[in-house]
Amino acid sequence: MFDLLGVPPQVLFGQLLLGLINGSFYALLSLGLAVIFGMLNVINFAHGALYMIGAFVAWLLLTKLGLGYWWALGLSPLIVGLLGVVLEKTMLSRLYKLDHLYGLLLTFGLALIMEGAFRHFYGVSGQPYPIPDALKGGQNLGFMFLPNYRGWVVVASLIVCFGTWFAIERTRLGAYLRAATENPVLVQAFGINVPVMITATYGFGVALAGLAGVLAAPIYQVSPLMGSNLIIVVFAVVVIGGMGSILGAIVTGLGLGLLEGLTKVFYPEASNIVVFVVMAIVLLIKPAGLFGRER
Amino acid sequence: MLKTLLCGTALLALTAGAAHAQVSNNVIKIGVMNDRSGIYADLAGEGSAIAARLAAEEFGGKIAGAPIEIVVADHQNKADIAANTAREWIDAGNVDVIADVPNSAAALAVQGITKDKKRIFLMSGPGSTDLSGKSCSPYGFQWTYDNYAMAAGTARALVEQGKKNWYFITADYAFGHSLEDETSKMVKQLDGKVAGNVRHPLGTADFSSYLLQAQASKADVIGLANAGGDATNAVKQASEFGITQSGQSLAGLLLFISDIHALGLQASQGLLLTTGFYWDMDEQTREWTKKFEAKAGRKPTMVQAGVYSAVRHYLKAVEAVGSDDPDKVAAKMRETPVADMFTKNGKIAANGRMFHDMYLAQVKTPGESKAPWDYYKIVKTIPAEQAFLDPAKSGCTLVK
Repeated sequence: MFDLLGVPPQVLFGQLLLGLINGSFYALLSLGLAVIFGMLNVINFAHGALYMIGAFVAWLLLTKLGLGYWWALGLSPLIVGLLGVVLEKTMLSRLYKLDHLYGLLLTFGLALIMEGAFRHFYGVSGQPYPIPDALKGGQNLGFMFLPNYRGWVVVASLIVCFGTWFAIERTRLGAYLRAATENPVLVQAFGINVPVMITATYGFGVALAGLAGVLAAPIYQVSPLMGSNLIIVVFAVVVIGGMGSILGAIVTGLGLGLLEGLTKVFYPEASNIVVFVVMAIVLLIKPAGLFGRER
Repeated sequence: MLKTLLCGTALLALTAGAAHAQVSNNVIKIGVMNDRSGIYADLAGEGSAIAARLAAEEFGGKIAGAPIEIVVADHQNKADIAANTAREWIDAGNVDVIADVPNSAAALAVQGITKDKKRIFLMSGPGSTDLSGKSCSPYGFQWTYDNYAMAAGTARALVEQGKKNWYFITADYAFGHSLEDETSKMVKQLDGKVAGNVRHPLGTADFSSYLLQAQASKADVIGLANAGGDATNAVKQASEFGITQSGQSLAGLLLFISDIHALGLQASQGLLLTTGFYWDMDEQTREWTKKFEAKAGRKPTMVQAGVYSAVRHYLKAVEAVGSDDPDKVAAKMRETPVADMFTKNGKIAANGRMFHDMYLAQVKTPGESKAPWDYYKIVKTIPAEQAFLDPAKSGCTLVK
């Protein structure tokens, strides 16, 4: 058996696979951010809090109503999406004419309020959420033990990511959306209701965060702090991929997951900064991000 | 007539004053300082303040006519905020005693200030052994647990079961390093060995990578030298990756009952841990827990129970001395044995460490647990002398 820099290959394969799993979370979350930024020009800092609410809705559905994982998978993104629609209609829509900074400050404040409220009612230790029966257990892949649930997360998020990319880049509706971001007045003149489209886009973007929350619930503790732990990395992913680039968000999400996995093998202490080092380098060399366009 | 009345009132006021002249500002003010909103809010937080109030109630809310008042503050796990609050409390707020202060960094800051300003400091939350070691104070008392006790209890039990080969997953900051260090010393002392370790950043959500490395090490035991959310995430994911089913044991080196509650028994069953207190030990603990639960809505952690015990012991000393003079009260606290629902035979050593029995507990399986919060099986009582570091070796200059 050959060793790579003193690391046996089965450990390396294992870490790469785990990196892919984490990467698919990054991809799913940064996708929502990219969609929102691309279409609305809003830096949605509440994304992490909405991801947390997605997980909490799943937990509440289970404990209060007895509705299991598969229900939550459908209902929770819907509820979070509706919450997003309300936020957009009542607050965000008033800020479009102002600088980006105002949207960022508003969503940041909203995130603090949402986290504070959940912390007040449910404490900080988190709540347990079981893995659904159908996905319990795991496969022995020879080089590692892969829990079925993690495999499912990768498959589910890849499907959703691809679906979103396809809808925006390859369908008529997606074309309207992209046109509306370039020149809203002209698109409106063609008889398309741009404000409704924008509201729906925000709702869809945060629904993706809610979905990621449901997927995360059985792996992590459902805790009010889970979003703020993740959101900074996800922002870095979006910046590296290029603000607003759908494909960029997906590819960098997965890529950085893999890179982080490798760092955990060779120098674990650096695993939480490697993403930011990459971000700094990318910003120096290609300020618009890997897949972004200069404006 | 008016003159005599005035004289009488003045005389009355004078005598009344004399009766509680011994209590400064005529109030016994207890400051409960801890994390009220962050990661340690569930294991200390408002629960610790409730525990302190329960202790005060036992004295009818006053001693020698002076009312007992309890104030609270959130140090947000920041040493500078802790230090500023302590100074403000002592200089402007007439606070006589500071209690709890989880997070060793914050506690070390408060220890320095209370030492300089001669105020009693009752530590229930912090784990660093320095607090009763090289940073000890004649006014500082470390009550509930410390890193040495947690490490020694769990490590000894597992090594004695023949699980001699250890691997550590360690939080990469002072607390984690110290916990790992204490544990590996104990393991090696008992002829065990350490196969390796991996350090993770504080606040890690995904442990799968570290768990996989631990699994590949083929060690008998995976020691988790971390706390709070890090520990619960690691335990939850260890069960997902089938670590315990494959024959490796998982040892949480600092787990509180609030963590077990958050994890649920499905994920945490079988874990071995050391604790200074469990609510379901005997009639006395259950009775106190009932009072606590009525106010807090949940069972107490060992930190919260420890706050009760320490505050009660302090108030008993004030009552016995008839004064809140810190030197006299500290001396009285040291010479009086601690006997309450928390411990039956506690005593305070010269370095400020309260010696009491610790317990080795195993988390019940979902089948064994009969009621909510019925989580621990007490496997073994660890006698105080074995549980804590010998004061002579603590490095505290107060030990002669």
